[in-house]
Amino acid sequence: MSENSYLRTGCDVAWCPGCGNFGILKIVNETLQEMELDPRQTVVVSGIGQAAKTPQYLNLHFFNGLHGRALPAATAIKATNRNLTVIAESGDGDMYGEGGNHFTHCIRRNPDLTNIVHNNMVYGLTKGQASPTSPHGLVTPLQVDGVILEPFNPIAVAIALDASFVARAYVGHADQTRAILKAAIRHRGYALVDILQPCVTFNKLNTYRWFEEHTTPLAADHDHTDKIQAFARACENDPLRLGIFYQNEKPVFEDQLAAYLDDSRPLFERRVDLNKLAETVRVMG
Amino acid sequence: MQDGTPENSTVKDANDLEYVGKAWQVTYKDVKHAEQRASQAISETIALIHADDTREITLVISGEAGQGLQTIAHILARMFMNGGLHVLAVSEFMSRIRGGSNSVTLRAAHRSVRALNEHIDLCVLLDKKALQRLRGRCAADTILIGDPAIFVDEMGMFPLPLKELSANIGGAMYNNSLVCGYITRLIGWELSHLEIALTRIFTDCDLLAKNCAAARVGWEYGVDNSGRCSIPPCEAKPGSILLDGSQAVALGAVAGGCTFISSYPMSPSTEVLTHLAKLAHAHGIIVEQAEDEISAINMGLGSWYAGGRAMVSTSGGGFDLMAEGLSLCGAIESPMVIHLAQRPGPGTGLPTRTEQADLEIARYSGHGEFPRAILAPGSPEEAFTCTAHAFTMADLSQSPVIILTDQYLLDTLYDLDPFELPDTAPGSRIIATTEDYRRYAPGPDGISPRGIPGLGVGRVCVDSDEHDDEGCITEDFDVRISMVDKRLSKLRLLREDLALPPRLYGPAYFKILIVGWGSTAAVVAEALEQLQPVATSFLHCIQIYPVSKAISDHLHRAKQIIVIENNATGQFARLLKAETGCAVSREWHKYNGLAFSVDEVVELLRQEVEL
Ligand SMILES: Cc1ncc(C[n+]2csc(CCOP(=O)(O)OP(=O)(O)O)c2C)c(N)n1
Ligand code: SF4
Ligand SMILES: [Mg+2]
Repeated sequence: MSENSYLRTGCDVAWCPGCGNFGILKIVNETLQEMELDPRQTVVVSGIGQAAKTPQYLNLHFFNGLHGRALPAATAIKATNRNLTVIAESGDGDMYGEGGNHFTHCIRRNPDLTNIVHNNMVYGLTKGQASPTSPHGLVTPLQVDGVILEPFNPIAVAIALDASFVARAYVGHADQTRAILKAAIRHRGYALVDILQPCVTFNKLNTYRWFEEHTTPLAADHDHTDKIQAFARACENDPLRLGIFYQNEKPVFEDQLAAYLDDSRPLFERRVDLNKLAETVRVMG
Repeated sequence: MQDGTPENSTVKDANDLEYVGKAWQVTYKDVKHAEQRASQAISETIALIHADDTREITLVISGEAGQGLQTIAHILARMFMNGGLHVLAVSEFMSRIRGGSNSVTLRAAHRSVRALNEHIDLCVLLDKKALQRLRGRCAADTILIGDPAIFVDEMGMFPLPLKELSANIGGAMYNNSLVCGYITRLIGWELSHLEIALTRIFTDCDLLAKNCAAARVGWEYGVDNSGRCSIPPCEAKPGSILLDGSQAVALGAVAGGCTFISSYPMSPSTEVLTHLAKLAHAHGIIVEQAEDEISAINMGLGSWYAGGRAMVSTSGGGFDLMAEGLSLCGAIESPMVIHLAQRPGPGTGLPTRTEQADLEIARYSGHGEFPRAILAPGSPEEAFTCTAHAFTMADLSQSPVIILTDQYLLDTLYDLDPFELPDTAPGSRIIATTEDYRRYAPGPDGISPRGIPGLGVGRVCVDSDEHDDEGCITEDFDVRISMVDKRLSKLRLLREDLALPPRLYGPAYFKILIVGWGSTAAVVAEALEQLQPVATSFLHCIQIYPVSKAISDHLHRAKQIIVIENNATGQFARLLKAETGCAVSREWHKYNGLAFSVDEVVELLRQEVEL
């Protein structure tokens, strides 16, 4: 481990040997190292699941909240102190299932945060039930006759909602994933990075080999400012495209809040102006 | 602040954050000292006084939704206040935007009035359905006013041909001011009293002129009945303000240093959010309409984590959705302020009516065991104080504090003296972290110094899984026990040092103790004032959980305890029995969707208490 590692030492990592989560943790650490992000100003927010344990293994501030609820907490953390770099990181079930309402509205809100989704197309922590991204027909202990529901396409949904940054990566391609993550963290606004990741214990279909065979990079001339083109690529299911589908600079949520129009300080530095309050009481009454 | 609350003592130097970090232990002791003093005063005893000047008037305006009853209530309430009277305006309305049958009741008097009675002196009927609904409250001396075009065969009604009169001045949209003009004449006041009130309501010059003209038409039409139902104006009290309960909660939040509110609209909690939205610019508050209540409370917790002072405002159904977030709040030991505005349930219930039936969800919702506090204000002043104090309580105890109000308190307009503001602006008890910072390090009363990311050099790690003192996930059984104990030990602060005392109305030596909470306070106090029954007092509980020693002491001194509450099953009575072991001999319930009236409580006292 190098000098400026962001990995926490001496913790008992709870993942199965060979799990794709290890690769993502390594990539996240290397990306942060390359970017030399200030660990004292970086917060990782997560929900509950195998993926959501990631912050436990990083030497950063973390808010490990409820299953599905990372994005509301992350949005508020960023809005409360705009100096912080905020990363919201969880699994596919957490972000697209339990937290699906927050996912769509967070995109509409466009806070400046990076949303990393470990997409193993299954519920790992609860032992292998279908997730929103499970492929049609996947047999699980619960979907005994195979999944009937159509898989959720987070990339297409995010582009349809005009998310300001939308990318898909595969943990097996470390270099490309690091480059995408770096661009996502640098991007000002909501950035979705869906990282394909095998669950070696519960998903016997979407294996390392399957992902190698069923993914391919976006064409070199892909125009990520073209929404229609991005949407077309997002709708392709086989092979799944990898790379930055769509990027669209627009005002971020927190900068437009009334609270920051005349005062750029984070909320913790503020105190209510009691003279002003006395005046407010008088005017209101 | 009122009630000797420790609000002032919790404040640190606004900008000197280094100082905050170093001085943690010292200032914490100071605060405890002040808080101990505050809680020693068991409670304030309020003598029941018979007011000399009993002149008063109750008038009701009834009509369909969309006919502007709220506007009439605001205009007349302001006119009464400017004319030196005390005033109360209570609205009851159906859950619809148009049609139906709604009413506002205004009670104006020369002494302070804070509760409603049933009798009506003047009753303006803007629609036909209203008469059936109000008949029970009208007596032989009630003056009924209606448009003869609507009430064709109604005998003995004062005719006010609104349709005809407003035809010449721009139509029905000026009916409100016309009605106000007519009423002003009937109570024997000059038109100028009304015009001043109109000036305050209508800021647009043209609209103001037209409404003043309409008011004049109404006033002139009333010439034959001038002073028929009179109450003289008197010297106005300078500085008086007119606010409803929602405004009091919103202003209390600002006084408590609220910097963040995220909520999802739901009657009757929405107005607090709306008022804070109006104040967002002036007071630098982040106001966000969340996509649902689950998001709202998780945003609130994220904000506290990053150094904000957050609040959510919701009603029963929304609070149900917040239950898991409330439990997270307990697990990560975050401060949180929750305004829970009650309306009748279950399910969607009666969305625009009132009830006190969410005490038990406030007390018990959220899985697992963790401390919390519930404050139930009974007046706009208390709504202001409780909300401001909730921020201090939440911050110092690192626990959720719920402000439990109801539709009646929130939607009722009151005349008030301006709120007493804290001397110093409150701020969060946060520290600048050091390299070896541990978020859940053991501390006095289970309180660990609270750091936030970006202030200091330590790591701030919070986890909803069971965790060790650094916030790392653990399944160590001994750590589990110590963390549960640590969290639960914070309850002492809420029960003792930070507790808001109850108020005792009536003699300090009593045999019968009537106990209430929240919005029943004024009604019971006035009923007792009227009857002055022997050795009977009323204990108004403001902090209803944890039950303080002060409440328990009062209960133990009573020979007989009667609990009054606006619900069907006696939720507070149940809580008191469990917490104090005292037997409750009688319970007075009401659950038709309306608040108790003074007459109803007078009747209950007559029947069940020795006079
Ligand atoms: C409210 C709630 N419902 C259910 C659970 C149980 N649960 C924990 S993680 C999880 C799914 C995990 O799947 P995913 O988010 O894809 O993460 P993975 O374990 O696959 O990384 C579920 C259902 C929970 N913790 N909370
Ligand atoms: S269950 Fe699957 S996702 Fe979870 S650690 Fe094991 S391999 Fe990884
Ligand atoms: Mg998963």
